[in-house]
Amino acid sequence: MRALAEDGAGEAAAQAGRRRRAALWAHGWLALGVLVFALPIWITLVGSTHDAGTIGRGEVPLLPGSHAVENYATAWAEGGGRFRTTAAAAMLWNSALMALLIAAGKIAISLLSAYAVVFFSFPGRMAFFWMIFVTLMLPVEVRIIPTFQVMVDLSLINTMAGLVVPLVASATATLLFRQFFLTIPDEYVEAAKMDGAGPLRFFRDVVVPLSVTNIAALFVILFIYGWNQYLWPLLVVNDRSLETIVVGLSKMIGTGDAQNEWNTIMATAVLAMLPPVAVVVLMQRWFVRGLTETEK
Amino acid sequence: MRRRVIFRGKVLPYLLLAPQIAVTLVFFFWPAAQAVRQSLLREDPFGLRSEFVGLENFRAVLADPLYLNAVRNTAVFAAAVAGIALGAALFLAVQADKRIRGAGVYKTLLIWPYAVAPAVAAVLWLFLFHPSIGLIGRALNAAGMAWDYKLDGAQAMLLVIVAAAWKQVSYNFIFFLAGLQSIPASVLEAAAMDGARPAYRFWTVVFPLLSPTTFFLLVVNLTYAFFDTFGVIHALTGGGPGKATETLIYKVYVDGVQNLNFGGSAAQSVILMAIVIALTAVQFRSIERRVHY
Repeated sequence: MRALAEDGAGEAAAQAGRRRRAALWAHGWLALGVLVFALPIWITLVGSTHDAGTIGRGEVPLLPGSHAVENYATAWAEGGGRFRTTAAAAMLWNSALMALLIAAGKIAISLLSAYAVVFFSFPGRMAFFWMIFVTLMLPVEVRIIPTFQVMVDLSLINTMAGLVVPLVASATATLLFRQFFLTIPDEYVEAAKMDGAGPLRFFRDVVVPLSVTNIAALFVILFIYGWNQYLWPLLVVNDRSLETIVVGLSKMIGTGDAQNEWNTIMATAVLAMLPPVAVVVLMQRWFVRGLTETEK
Repeated sequence: MRRRVIFRGKVLPYLLLAPQIAVTLVFFFWPAAQAVRQSLLREDPFGLRSEFVGLENFRAVLADPLYLNAVRNTAVFAAAVAGIALGAALFLAVQADKRIRGAGVYKTLLIWPYAVAPAVAAVLWLFLFHPSIGLIGRALNAAGMAWDYKLDGAQAMLLVIVAAAWKQVSYNFIFFLAGLQSIPASVLEAAAMDGARPAYRFWTVVFPLLSPTTFFLLVVNLTYAFFDTFGVIHALTGGGPGKATETLIYKVYVDGVQNLNFGGSAAQSVILMAIVIALTAVQFRSIERRVHY
């Protein structure tokens, strides 16, 4: 009897040991993953605090230097790289405006069209729904030239509207809102009708407030989508006053010549990723929710 | 599914739909139709004359060794990006799913690269792998390896793959972790009770249960590698050296925007549209299956 109990205790101890070892391995691998993720960022952060000569000579430092303030001031007010193309402050403003307008625009027009499709019955309802749905299959990348020609015809080249309007159609957002609207109980609509509230009133006072969670989750995803646009701004904008920071950053690098002013480019890179990363980290819960919801 | 109770209104629903439909028609359907039309025409670079040439553009595109090169590059690039991004994400998700302290912290530290733009990711990796200013690039050269992604096609391809995959791991990680966490503990306990070893348990019990997620992510990753990585390639290699990193999307851009070969570019666009439609169809069938599952 006693022997058996000791046996059990021994096994439990062995099991606990095994579990501790497994947990240790898990920590190790995760830490390695985190390091691989962080390495390029760390190098960029460090590089943005040294003078151009240190980096240009290839003396890659691993610890921050003392030139942070001047590098960021230069990048912010004059622009990074040898050619000082556009000040980061202006490009950040353009990116922020574009990202906010795209996110807000997508949410607004998707709310409206999902509302029409779910709460009304009218000829062509499903046809319109499918029309919106099919846009999923027509990303900008596959219709570059003809879309550009439309932009020229509408004189939208080099305008903020040209950056934003063609991107505000959203099949995913419409699908998400439609799915959510279908879960709103019929009784709500009946009650609203009995109170004499019209469809617009119902939309404003019931549907939109109920959708706040979904709107917040989508907003995070769409803001990042807007901020990270690349091909579209590259095509539509060649006026430097409208340059976005992601495209501007890659233009600073040019062909990757070693004799560039890398420290200010690195400072610009940090500025370019700070806003979307901050949004993800600060709104992590909304972000994960938005991501998994929109892909359902 | 339909609602029982609805609002009446003859004009209002159309007004509500109008903005979305207008954008869709002007910026999606019209250009897509134009792409199909242009793919059947031959146009001079000034857009003055054009003639109907049938499938001539498609024949020219498919016979072009540079196009076949782009097809090969895209296949290598997409397979490697999806493979690395899925493998690394699954491995990390399995680790983060274990009951360990600080799992939430790891999660936060692993998901933020999602927010980094593909082009910015490319720039970050350039800082590491630049042959004369990059930490790793210099180390490789010091170790006797002739590392210069601006001269060596294979190295350039490797670099764009790493930069593109790095960014996508976060996305896959989130989905794999959610998938792992939705596996009932009882299933795992039953397998453990049967005395199966952890690795065996993973491949015979956990991985099959994850397969809908894996399949869905595979399609998403291929779509990402095909279409969303333009920025990585444009910022890092510009398709070079010697077209070694020119993918299908990049070639549409080069032929249309730089070489002004509208017919050829349009024919390529139409081929890409067919690929997107196929991928989207597969994706939605997989989602249906996931719902039943």
